[in-house]
Amino acid sequence: MGLIGEKIDSIKSIQIRQLLTQAISLGMIVTSALIIWKALMCVTGSESPVVVVLSESMEPGFKRDPIRAGEIVVFNIVGRDIPIVHRVIKVHERENTGEVDVLTKGDKNLDDDRLLYAKGQLWLHRHHIMGRAVGFLPYVGWVTIIMTEKPIIKYILIGALGLLVIKSKD
Amino acid sequence: MHSFGYRANALLTFALTILAFMCAIASFSDNFSNQTPSAQIQILNINWFQEEPHGNDEVSLTLNITADLQSLFTWNTKQVFAFVAAEYKTSKNSLNQVSLWDAIIPEKEHAKFWIQISNKYPFIDKGHNLRGKDFNLTLHWHVMPKTGKMLADKIVMSGYRLPDAYR
Repeated sequence: MGLIGEKIDSIKSIQIRQLLTQAISLGMIVTSALIIWKALMCVTGSESPVVVVLSESMEPGFKRDPIRAGEIVVFNIVGRDIPIVHRVIKVHERENTGEVDVLTKGDKNLDDDRLLYAKGQLWLHRHHIMGRAVGFLPYVGWVTIIMTEKPIIKYILIGALGLLVIKSKD
Repeated sequence: MHSFGYRANALLTFALTILAFMCAIASFSDNFSNQTPSAQIQILNINWFQEEPHGNDEVSLTLNITADLQSLFTWNTKQVFAFVAAEYKTSKNSLNQVSLWDAIIPEKEHAKFWIQISNKYPFIDKGHNLRGKDFNLTLHWHVMPKTGKMLADKIVMSGYRLPDAYR
């Protein structure tokens, strides 16, 4: 009786330990992803360090860097949840305060973006603009686009990752 | 250690690292190209100059733009976006930039051009400051690479002036 009891106890303790280890490993992976995301936010000084609409990477937030015509900026419009990535075509910068009125337009569009701005809004200001595009990585954005359009793929990926972690500990 | 999963993972990581490295050196190679763009802009005519419905000054110009941007194209260039902006200072605004015309140049062959047009986008001030205003016409170009860092530069041409009265 005592021997069987001992055996059961030892098996249970190994299983519990393994389970805990696996849970912690999974947790570590999720938190490292979060850490990388937050670190990117810190380094770029922007709330959305990676915008995938055009697969373009973003530069440090330009609280100090002036906005000039020709730059491609990422901006938010009140009432729209997806930011827009277009080029600046007009800039009027005020003398003392450095406040700026900006008009944007997509390169291929016929009209400027006033149709996209909020009702009655004619210009973009600093606080609408979240970042500036500095480079181009082709096709990288497709991963996020696919995951947004077919969310099931997101769940499959996370499930597969989870499975891999658990399997590797065995 | 030698299961399919581990091997696939190692292969994929290696492939992605090599790809990232190739993108970086492709972009870096753009620094070595010798770029000698040139441009000239003439204002042929002031078509009209008046206040638009919101009360701001608006002027319509006919421009003659000649440019040779062929040396900007490298093997890593996807397209060059060129635009002409009128740039000037007013008492309230330290800098005003208004894009008058732009074009997407997809290939080197199209990068040497001569064009005579009236301004594609309206030249409207924020206010009534344009009478007798001295301004620069700047040809900007933004080179979009196939991969990597975008590069931008400009040629500033000064000495343009708007008439003292509406017409």
